[in-house]
Amino acid sequence: MRLHIDWTACDGRGVCTELLEEMLTEDDWGYPVLRDGKGEIPRALDGAARRAVDRCPRLALKLTQQ
Amino acid sequence: MTSVAEAPTGRVEQRLLDGEVGLDAHLARHGRLPILDSSQIIGMARDAGLTGRGGAGFPVWRKLSAVAQAGGAAVVVANAAEGEPASRKDRALLAYQPNLVLDGLQLAAAATRAKAAHLYAPKAALPALRRLLVARRTAGLDRLEVTLHAAPDAFVSGEESAVVSAINGTGAVPADKRIRIIQAGVGGAPTLVQNVETLAHLALIARYGAGWFLTAGTADEPGTFLATVSGAVRRPGVIEAGYGVPLGDLIAAAGGATMPLQAVLIGGYHGGWVPADPALPVSRRALEPFGASPGAGVVVALPANACGLGETARIAGYLADQVAGQCGPCINGLPRMAATLADLAARRPRPGLPAEVERLARLVSGRGACRHPDGTARLVLSAMRAFEADVVAHLHGRCLATEGHR
Ligand SMILES: Cc1cc2nc3c(=O)[nH]c(=O)nc-3n(C[C@H](O)[C@H](O)[C@H](O)COP(=O)(O)O)c2cc1C
Ligand code: SF4
Ligand code: SF4
Repeated sequence: MRLHIDWTACDGRGVCTELLEEMLTEDDWGYPVLRDGKGEIPRALDGAARRAVDRCPRLALKLTQQ
Repeated sequence: MTSVAEAPTGRVEQRLLDGEVGLDAHLARHGRLPILDSSQIIGMARDAGLTGRGGAGFPVWRKLSAVAQAGGAAVVVANAAEGEPASRKDRALLAYQPNLVLDGLQLAAAATRAKAAHLYAPKAALPALRRLLVARRTAGLDRLEVTLHAAPDAFVSGEESAVVSAINGTGAVPADKRIRIIQAGVGGAPTLVQNVETLAHLALIARYGAGWFLTAGTADEPGTFLATVSGAVRRPGVIEAGYGVPLGDLIAAAGGATMPLQAVLIGGYHGGWVPADPALPVSRRALEPFGASPGAGVVVALPANACGLGETARIAGYLADQVAGQCGPCINGLPRMAATLADLAARRPRPGLPAEVERLARLVSGRGACRHPDGTARLVLSAMRAFEADVVAHLHGRCLATEGHR
């Protein structure tokens, strides 16, 4: 599974970067950066990724199959 | 600048832009379209190896079959937005051979069994197209009625999800790609967006066959493409040539260079700088080592007395202004990247300036709803490589171009 960011919705407040530090960092303006560049979710972070998706205030995070 | 070059030289070859203008001339020369079904059209596009001419070069038959199989009444869209300032080829095609585009649109509709067809073009092109559509309908040429839409004059207005949004009435801005337009585009229907030049090639392939198409271009990259040649050339304009045409032949067909050249921008404002080597073939394969591709056929010749960093900074500034204000990394990153490059170009050096340009280019890549940040970063990174000596000079407060060191 992969983490997808809808950039048209994300406001860069960074809730996700706190919840999912293992996968995300912040850029110069506070927007999330996928550490691996692709958003591949390791098994162990499944739960944390789902929580970040649920907590994103802008519904900008999605889990995708590809 | 929309002149069609004559006097073919080398592999410069006229297919699309050949022949007289007008519907009667079109019918006299090419005749009516043969009646073909979906699988025949898709098969011909596959056998011809036809790829998209809007920039990405994606195989046409794959898109046709994906939309045909998506289920539901499909929609087809001809994209003539041509938001790229250095490109004139789609306007030239609409002015000289619009019937090939409209034939191609009907073929794409037949291939996908579409229930609606749209043509999206700059406002200035619409009145003539409206008249032509009436004439074609009277002549019984178009099975499916074509609706015209005005494309706003903005760089991103031709990006495919922006095209779909414009037709849906929600503004010509790109959308998030999680839902693909092939599945849900115009009115939520499976949608095919194809560049107008791509459609015109399809119209010729339907008449003369895949085998004929393969006789131009290279074995891997068949067919001709429309190039818009500008910059330091005598007769800037649109030139048709087979893929693999030597760069020098394109420049020669545009009247030749007005002075010695130092580099050439290929592919457009999202393209890359390559050496001004007359023997360099214009094909994906030959341009790949330079991080460039033929893209939508843009060729800009940079004279030896111009500064490549300055020219790139100017383009990057324009592209940063064209950001469709939606995605944070693009809205913030492109202006910062352009301003940093402008400091380098204007010889306002500070420690780590080139590294900062490269960091920003990598930071914005892949982080937007559309590939505008990626394309802008590609251009900037290619300039940092192509003009490496200029970068060093600028860091020392000097400029090779203006000092005549070339
Ligand atoms: C920022 C941006 C601008 C684009 N502008 C155009 C355009 O003006 N015309 C066009 O045909 N394709 C444009 N494209 C490419 C389209 O998204 C799409 O790939 C193309 O229309 C598909 O047609 P093709 O497969 O026949 O090339 C643009 C892409 C991007 C990222
Ligand atoms: S939580 Fe959502 S809106 Fe906030 S930075 Fe992350 S993705 Fe963007
Ligand atoms: S990536 Fe940039 S140009 Fe593309 S939709 Fe987002 S803000 Fe607009």
